[in-house]
Amino acid sequence: MNKQAELIRQVSGVEPLKCMKCGKCSASCPSYEEMDIKPHQFVSYVQNEDIEALVASKSLYKCLSCFACIERCPRGVKPGALIDAARQVVVRQRGQQYLSADEIPALLDDEMPQQLLMSAFRKYRR
Amino acid sequence: MQRIGVFVCHCGSNIAATVDVKKVVEMALKEQGVVHAEDYPYMCSEAGQSRIGEAIAQKKLTGIVVCSCSPRMHEATFRKAAERYGLNPYMVEIANIREHCSWIHKDMEEATEKATILMRAAVAKVHLNAPLQAGESKVTKRALVIGGGIAGIQTAIDIADAGYKVDIVEKTPSIGGRMSQLDKTFPTLDCSACILTPKMVEAAAHENITIHTYSEVEKVSGFVGNFTVDIRKKARMVDIDKCTGCGVCQEKCPSKKTPNEFNRGLNNRSAIYTPFAQAIPNVPVIDTDACIKFKTGKCGVCQKVCQAGAIDYTQKDEIITENYGAIVVATGFDTIKLDQYGEYAYGQSKDVITSLELERVMNAAGPTKGHLERLSDGKAPKEIVFIQCVGSRCSDDRGKPYCSKICCMYTAKHAMLIRDKYPDTNVTVFYIDVRTPGKNFDEFYRRAVEDYGVNYIKGQVGKVIPQPDGSLLVQGVDLLDQKRIMKKADMVVLATAIEPNPDVRKIATMLTASIDTNNFLTEAHPKLRPVESPTAGVFLSGVCQGPKDIPETVAQAGAAAVKVIGLLAKDKLKTNPCTAKSDELLCNGCSTCANVCPYGAITYETKLINDHGIREDRRVAVVNSALCQGCGACTVACPSGAMDLQGFSNRQILAEVDAICR
Repeated sequence: MNKQAELIRQVSGVEPLKCMKCGKCSASCPSYEEMDIKPHQFVSYVQNEDIEALVASKSLYKCLSCFACIERCPRGVKPGALIDAARQVVVRQRGQQYLSADEIPALLDDEMPQQLLMSAFRKYRR
Repeated sequence: MQRIGVFVCHCGSNIAATVDVKKVVEMALKEQGVVHAEDYPYMCSEAGQSRIGEAIAQKKLTGIVVCSCSPRMHEATFRKAAERYGLNPYMVEIANIREHCSWIHKDMEEATEKATILMRAAVAKVHLNAPLQAGESKVTKRALVIGGGIAGIQTAIDIADAGYKVDIVEKTPSIGGRMSQLDKTFPTLDCSACILTPKMVEAAAHENITIHTYSEVEKVSGFVGNFTVDIRKKARMVDIDKCTGCGVCQEKCPSKKTPNEFNRGLNNRSAIYTPFAQAIPNVPVIDTDACIKFKTGKCGVCQKVCQAGAIDYTQKDEIITENYGAIVVATGFDTIKLDQYGEYAYGQSKDVITSLELERVMNAAGPTKGHLERLSDGKAPKEIVFIQCVGSRCSDDRGKPYCSKICCMYTAKHAMLIRDKYPDTNVTVFYIDVRTPGKNFDEFYRRAVEDYGVNYIKGQVGKVIPQPDGSLLVQGVDLLDQKRIMKKADMVVLATAIEPNPDVRKIATMLTASIDTNNFLTEAHPKLRPVESPTAGVFLSGVCQGPKDIPETVAQAGAAAVKVIGLLAKDKLKTNPCTAKSDELLCNGCSTCANVCPYGAITYETKLINDHGIREDRRVAVVNSALCQGCGACTVACPSGAMDLQGFSNRQILAEVDAICR
């Protein structure tokens, strides 16, 4: 098996073969229209080991981590967890930062409550 | 000393591909007492059986070991064969070298070693086997059907037509079941009541059928051919013989705020009620939780208006005891609760309803008199969305892992009926897969699409969002077009998963019939004995065994009836001679065995016992072999080792263990 696909399966704890392709994840996703690879497709990308396309997808940065897809999936497949794991793959590639640290201040939204930022950190702490 | 023959089956390649059968034969011949051993491709075939016969005659065998498949498969076959060739059938033992060995191993050497060990254990047991004689028990020629839906009614009619007495026990005030709640039936679109009520009348009028409505099975004891059942006849508070069914009491009843179960709670009923117009019997019951007379002591309107004097507030529950030879479970189904499916806004909006509720809405006797209207404001819906697989095919803990099987067809039916009657109403169906196998079924679904213009969209709905203007926003995707869909709807119908009636657990426990993890009753064999429970004398009819539609239910009901008739046609049944036996010298009279016996087969007697010269009166256990089913519970429970199961004695089992450990 493709090493990265294996990594994504391990990190996410998701078994893509459990997916019955009902599309409920995509139907639930608030960012559906902004994604190039749709939530229900993440699953088949991992299944087909097409990881290169997945990590290059802008969907990784459109996912809001609301986890509606995880919550509502009738088969216990977690498309949101796959996205999370794909992000991990990107993070683990040296020099493949999506943003450099210097760019962040300019992107910060003054209107955004700091609490939100903190809770996002809390959510993703490992 | 026994003279034992060992017969090793290849089962084609099932066994022989993994087990070296020749080696097992060779090892068998080294066992003490084994005077004959051979292998054969299909031991269960006629040729295989006659080889056993030849060996019995030529080698004067006194015991046989067949190394083959599970005893559940062919023990009876080989026992019968032995009997045919003059050997007591209980001198046959099976070593299961297929399910327990060849099918689960890959390595030939290991599998052969294990097969040899299993053969050795069986040989060790045969050394201690003694011929057993089967007794006989009488068959009570009367059947009980639990549940008065279409499954129960059909089973009862078929049994009664064959000339046997049948009792139907139905929990609700009327027979008819789920089918009586349906408006039309697929794939012919005929009215459900029109085809059901004649059957209800037929059952009620049949001289061989007794119907106990508003009754529940309370206790079951006994065994195949001889069940004793306590039935609780709940107090109706209405004299069934006096009531004329005029209905005045229901009109005049001042308590009219109880959710109407028959209409799925979509409207209210009076405290004294018959569930529906064609109810059988057409005799109301008083819901004592809702009745003002029972709550406050004042009222009594129904009694005053009843011309027949049928109202009797003093009625009490009555328990009747009946004997039956066979019991059929036909307890049916309900739709699952949708509490955990918040995303569909069921319970949040009155216009999100289940398919069964839609049946009531479409029915002329329903809460809207058959007019398709929104339950929130009574307006005619112009956009209706159907959502499939709500709670079906879910491996999470919210729903059911199975396909409910009937939803694709009834949704096509609903969609078609709506498009036919209200052509300006648009119908959209969100589906995962459309599953319509069955005679004229796929054609039916295609008609919905091609002739009636029903819009089918592949993709499960994400959520339903109630809007301030009272409409519903359905958020989904079209998986084939890869498009986001935000559809405004006036009404949303959920194809809710079905589950066995929750009461079935209680009934299965009473009957010692097994149920699976989804509460469906288990068949004795999923392919070859689909209408029998593994518990002898208990049969299955309808959805209590698995999801099915009306034609399948009726077919299965008939099949269950045939099995019952086959049983009731016998005057006597051979009993299992492998019953428990108490050693009076060891028994200390503690009653432990009697307490664990599920069949009430153990009693205590005071007997004069001669214990090595000491003569004294002792209280000892006595097993009634006609009642004992050989479950073995007493042998395990007995603290002094006095109880033994014939054919499975402690000595025999220990000999097997010793042989395995040798």
